[in-house]
Amino acid sequence: MATLTAVLATTHHPFYLKLTHLDPPEKRIPQAAEWVRKVEAYRETLTAARPDVLVMIGADHFHQFFLDNYPQFLIGKAPKYDATFYNEIREFSLPTYTLDGHEELSQFMLEGLIDRGFDMSMSNELKIDHSIICPIITTRPDADLPIVPIYTNIFVPPLPTPKRFWDLGRAIREIIDDFPSDLRVAAVGSGHLSLELGGPRQFEEHGPDPEFDRRAIGWLADGDIEGLLENVTRENLGTSGNATHGFLDLVTMFGIAGPEKAAYVDELDLFHTREAYITWYPNGAVL
Amino acid sequence: MSKYYVDKFLYTTDGDPELLRRYKEDPAAYIDWWEKMIGHQLTSVETTSWLEFTDEERTALIEHDYVALFEMGAHFFLSLTIFIGIYNDDYEAEKGPLSFQREFAAKLQHWRGKTYPSVVC
Repeated sequence: MATLTAVLATTHHPFYLKLTHLDPPEKRIPQAAEWVRKVEAYRETLTAARPDVLVMIGADHFHQFFLDNYPQFLIGKAPKYDATFYNEIREFSLPTYTLDGHEELSQFMLEGLIDRGFDMSMSNELKIDHSIICPIITTRPDADLPIVPIYTNIFVPPLPTPKRFWDLGRAIREIIDDFPSDLRVAAVGSGHLSLELGGPRQFEEHGPDPEFDRRAIGWLADGDIEGLLENVTRENLGTSGNATHGFLDLVTMFGIAGPEKAAYVDELDLFHTREAYITWYPNGAVL
Repeated sequence: MSKYYVDKFLYTTDGDPELLRRYKEDPAAYIDWWEKMIGHQLTSVETTSWLEFTDEERTALIEHDYVALFEMGAHFFLSLTIFIGIYNDDYEAEKGPLSFQREFAAKLQHWRGKTYPSVVC
């Protein structure tokens, strides 16, 4: 059977590449060097797991999917995935990619999720946006591994419940563990802590709700799913910032890892948001 | 109210550099053209017969009035992204990085601490 060797839950900051590598040094933010050090240290947590394939969790930010047909949960099962849309290049200076898919694991995942009560949408022609490309840039910049992309709805209310995001992660974990293969699989997903976009609390010196951020990192670091589900609802996430629902993708990563303490936890306070870099190593000492 | 149609306008315009340029340069003429040529398109062949803006929505779009759009419940992500696309470079050249984003937030300060208008269509 396949081995799940690492689960990474990371915030995605689309300006990372621009602010730390592309802008000339005199234009970079004061935290640029520290930010690069933290990202490169975090990257090592994936490299050390020696993955063969990446199951990646993200969310389409109204790039391919719109309100005429917006999926709650969707899996890609294509042989290739182009990545990065025009308006992401325009705003964030992100590069384009063509990533390989892993069709066999995608198909097994799709069937396994449906068998477990997740009636997934699926796509044979999926273009990947920055929710998956940002963690590629930070954790696997060579972009040399095939991926299985899974999208969730963190943007179009009513969203699935936090418990449902957790359960999705639990189901993904079972399916990876059941995959008849010798592959080493890592799961990498991105989301947010507290975040405001297009509202009065956006682009301030810190994220909109540092107290939520502190508690959120604590739930993940401590493996405290009970505390998380007692305190997080799709309604109250919005009070911490209108785009804080991106935290739910980190809940799915937590679900893939299971109710265990994280092996690696780091964070960085930036303008507009706080970064979190969390890794679990399931199945004990597989490194 | 036709929040969906406003969001469709923001989505389709923001995703095409030529349409974004036209919306920046002559919003009223562009919106007229968009309603005739894009607004009702469901696929390259099929159309939707009943979608239209209210007068208030059309005015807010013509005036690039992102405060009014926020208050109407236009989706925050679409509204922020398109107006960054239109204004960021000019503001940054004149007033420095993030100056447009911070002005955008400043104009919405009367919503701080309140329940925001719903983006549900």
